Amino acid sequence: MESYALLIAATLNAGTVLAIASLGLLINEKAGIVNLGAEGIMLCAAIAGFATVVHTGSDWLGFAAGMGAGALIALVFGLLVIWLNTNQYATGLAVSLFGAGFSAFAGISYVQEKIPERPSFLIPWLGDIPLVGPALFHHHPMVYGTVLFAIALIWWLDRSRAGLVLRSVGESPESAHALGYPVRRIRLLAVVAGGTLCGLAGAYISVVYTPLWVEGMVAGKGWIALALTTFATWRPARVLLGAYLFGGVTMLQFHLQGVGVELPSQFLGMMPYLATIVVLALISRNPQWIRANMPASIGKPFYPGS
Amino acid sequence: MLRLEARAQPSRGWGYASPLLALVLTVVIGVLLFLALGKDPVAGLRVFFWEPIKSSYALGELTVKATPLLLIALGLAVCFRSNVWNIGAEGQYVIGAIFAGGVALLADKQSSGAIVIPILLAGMLGGMVWAGLCAWLRDRFNANEILVSLMLVYVAVLILNYLVAGPWKDPQGYNFPQSKTFELATRIPRLFEGSRVSIGVFLALALVALSWVFLFRTRAGFAQQVGGLAPAAARYAGFSSRRALWLALLVSGGMAGLAGALEVAGPIGQLTPYVPAGYGFAAIIVAFVGRLHPVGMVFSAILMSMFYIGGELAQSRLGLPKSLTGVFQGLLLFTLLACDTLVNYRLRIKAPSLATARDAA
Repeated sequence: MESYALLIAATLNAGTVLAIASLGLLINEKAGIVNLGAEGIMLCAAIAGFATVVHTGSDWLGFAAGMGAGALIALVFGLLVIWLNTNQYATGLAVSLFGAGFSAFAGISYVQEKIPERPSFLIPWLGDIPLVGPALFHHHPMVYGTVLFAIALIWWLDRSRAGLVLRSVGESPESAHALGYPVRRIRLLAVVAGGTLCGLAGAYISVVYTPLWVEGMVAGKGWIALALTTFATWRPARVLLGAYLFGGVTMLQFHLQGVGVELPSQFLGMMPYLATIVVLALISRNPQWIRANMPASIGKPFYPGS
Repeated sequence: MLRLEARAQPSRGWGYASPLLALVLTVVIGVLLFLALGKDPVAGLRVFFWEPIKSSYALGELTVKATPLLLIALGLAVCFRSNVWNIGAEGQYVIGAIFAGGVALLADKQSSGAIVIPILLAGMLGGMVWAGLCAWLRDRFNANEILVSLMLVYVAVLILNYLVAGPWKDPQGYNFPQSKTFELATRIPRLFEGSRVSIGVFLALALVALSWVFLFRTRAGFAQQVGGLAPAAARYAGFSSRRALWLALLVSGGMAGLAGALEVAGPIGQLTPYVPAGYGFAAIIVAFVGRLHPVGMVFSAILMSMFYIGGELAQSRLGLPKSLTGVFQGLLLFTLLACDTLVNYRLRIKAPSLATARDAA
């Protein structure tokens, strides 16, 4: 039983990384922009966050550094894609390739660095409940923050005026433009917001999730986060659920090793990637399902006056 | 005030000039980066742009690295021209290397050099199987090929790690995760004594010619590109989009697999976890910088190979991390995409009109 409580705890922690990044990408995509650079942004943010914690000792400054790095890269991406009308896929790939190289380059002197023991978080009283406590109430505040953020995002997208404007820009930028909304600026804001969240997810990886720096440590989580928006058919509640599901798949490999399943570790390591492919195939096979909530102008450039 | 004005026709001149301008910008940023790191920028430029071409040996090494990049990029160009976004060539390259390595491990002391042919064919087959998986998932389930091809890179690398740490591990290898060294008979024939350049370079150049003919002189190549540029027009013309998808992925998978076979049976000579060297990702940049044109990609493959060698030299000579290569590769693609705006748009400097002046006031 004890091991299941730990599995749930690990699942929520792993899911949080995916959820933060994927909710950010959801905001991008609701405004009509696909950012294939998520992986690169997360890597750069991971090293920025880790380096900041090494020098200042403050986790929160580390998160801020990661968010800043994410926002900055997303800004460059956004300016290229929105104002210079470069191809979104190619530009996103450029971000991912550059981010992989740049983070490895910037992080070379941090490979051996260690950061002090993380303080353990414990919600008083609730954390003391046997099994349930360790599973649900021993988490980093970010884990709870992510759930609250998802709820706020659901409300904001569905119920607020600003959320409606954001969605209109992703559905029909021409109409939004005709109504007088500054489509490109709104899209840029959405891109920067998405990059900031991807940055936060990256910093969370290197500061809390696995507190160290290794080249390429994001290990495809940025790409899985991208796939999650499709799995969730662009619904934030499903993004959150999907993130925990994939967090669970990631953690299951360690659990299975722990309970003595005789399978080479490499095969267990493939599980998150194979699961992504399988779920993507199952969900994509139904076009109605995908199209129901897909932003109609996703991936399409918009330039006013043409 | 600057503004972009759409051109009636894409500019031919900028089509050629944009990669050069992007290279200049990348070099300028590189110089600034060297200055910021307190290194002599002239020494930095030397290791990237002079050392790789200064001797016949260096030119050979340049060719050794340019060959797989060119092969993979040739395949990717067919994909990108058909609007199929295969970004998992690295995985197809790794599976190609595994298939080729599997055949090479069968060789013994008595094997003749003819075994090279099944090795190369196995490599191509491996790459095609891996890319075919993407095509099948796209065709049958409508699964996004960008995500599937990328996920399969991780799976391919893990399969390689499993094989070299498990069933194919060299029993005399001091427990290192690597296969035994292949027999000499399996080695891709080399062109000269004292250089690692192999017949692979001729294969690549032959494929440059072949892909030029395919893209610009055959009906199938034309159909492929119409589908990429204007799917509706392709449908009216009766060109099958499924056929285009399969063809694009099988061609690019086969090329990447061939590159993997040439590497593993050539310069590497055994299967190790270091087979994936990022060629599959760098080839994406080669393809774009070479304008998806077979001849253009010869030049961009050489340039990207210089980046690889320059990165290694920057590590040994200047004490800079090798990952500098990745930084410059990414920067080059960034600047290229930005400069490409000039192909389709004209930059106009406009005096602010009365209306905007009034708004600003």
